[in-house]
Amino acid sequence: MEAPSFWPLFWGGIASVVTLGIFSFLYRDNVVYKFIERLWVGITTGYWTMLLFHTSFQDKVWTPIFLQGKFWYILPTVLGILMWFRLSKRYGYLARYALAFYIGISTGIYIPLAIKASVLYQLHGAVRGIDATVSGLMFTLALIALICSLSYFFFAREHRGVLGVTSKVGIYTLMIGFGAGFGMTVMGRVALLGHRVTFLFDYGNQLVRAMF
Amino acid sequence: MMWYDRMLSVDRRWIYLILAVAVIVTLVLPVRIPVSISGEVRAVYDFVDQMRDGEIMHLAIEYDPSTMAELHPMAESVMRKVFEQNGRLIMSSLSQFGPAMADEMIQRIAREYGKRSGIDYVFLGYKPYPAITILAMGTDYRVPFPIDYYGADVDTLPIMSGIRNFDDIRGVVALCGGNAADMWITYGNAKYGMPLALGITGVMAADYYQYLQAGQIFGLIPGIKGAAELEELTGRPGEGARGIPYQTASHAVILVFIVLTNIAFFAKRSAERRAGALH
Repeated sequence: MEAPSFWPLFWGGIASVVTLGIFSFLYRDNVVYKFIERLWVGITTGYWTMLLFHTSFQDKVWTPIFLQGKFWYILPTVLGILMWFRLSKRYGYLARYALAFYIGISTGIYIPLAIKASVLYQLHGAVRGIDATVSGLMFTLALIALICSLSYFFFAREHRGVLGVTSKVGIYTLMIGFGAGFGMTVMGRVALLGHRVTFLFDYGNQLVRAMF
Repeated sequence: MMWYDRMLSVDRRWIYLILAVAVIVTLVLPVRIPVSISGEVRAVYDFVDQMRDGEIMHLAIEYDPSTMAELHPMAESVMRKVFEQNGRLIMSSLSQFGPAMADEMIQRIAREYGKRSGIDYVFLGYKPYPAITILAMGTDYRVPFPIDYYGADVDTLPIMSGIRNFDDIRGVVALCGGNAADMWITYGNAKYGMPLALGITGVMAADYYQYLQAGQIFGLIPGIKGAAELEELTGRPGEGARGIPYQTASHAVILVFIVLTNIAFFAKRSAERRAGALH
């Protein structure tokens, strides 16, 4: 196998040092970790700022208005400028006009779709025929769990009698759900750890190949 | 100090060390753990497997390097499978730190299969505000993306001939590391009704099974386990399959710690109750 060239090794080395520096926090807080953390914040802020400049100002303001002659883009540009008046004590009220426009449009688009996606489709999914199959049994269990979980959040009556039993089942259902969420979270975090360890291993192999 | 007090006050750095050793040992040893295939991942595989020659699918690469450990293997598997089926891909990357990472993967895999930009695939790149971009793509791809990532006019690309919006493609597989998944469900599927599958991180997985159950998404690839399942189905084990041994080991270690800690907790509680009863 061909030995890796200098620049991939160099940048891989930087990435390895930064990775180990971040992991050093697990032992205790230290100056190397602090430096790398601030380095990361600085790089991402700079990258994000330039990305925003190019995609929001250059693509949405400069190019359409001054290079393509699309003068109707002046209206949203004025609204964007009005947002900056939020920083002024005297003229801060002007930002409310732009904010009202933005909130009005975004809620007008979002609310109907959110109700459709998060409520109506979910209700539809919870209401269907029960049949004598494995799928039907699993659906029945899920339906019972759903009703019991919802009954736990019914606070208009004291949780006694039938409501007491269903809310207890609901609590256990919720705990099973949280446990599953915890397990999936552990899997996700360990995957990130494993990916970094894999990277360090592979870089070590490359370094040894390059040196010998 | 009683044994249960000692157990409950163990320095967390010992736990980190044991976990690190478990991960490193399973990475070094050639362990292979079989992966069982779940229905939700098979649904995504079947969706791609049944693509006809030249059919177009949208692969949304909505993650950045912080979550690529789990999502990159999924993206590679889906892309390879589509190209093996002789399908075509429209790809976008609506995560602000993701386009360069996505471009590296796209170019590498396209070269592997001899696929050409503009003919066999198009990478549209990044636009801010994913919700607005998804809404706009549902009307016309050209509204948010008049040019592709490489600067070519989208109207001049053969792959985009006859393709206006989501109605003209087979469906969308969105690989999301954050709330882009909610946006695809709300602004994509709820508004336009196109077939949608999600690939998500393990942290998010528990929250999205409800959409699978309700039929809003037809498939779900949850975390690195899902990536490993997809690699098993495509017959090309990669980083996903490589992750299963250390996942198993680390989960086993954590389970042991949880059991031991609970034993110590209940032993301590029992001892305190007995001490309270005596006094």
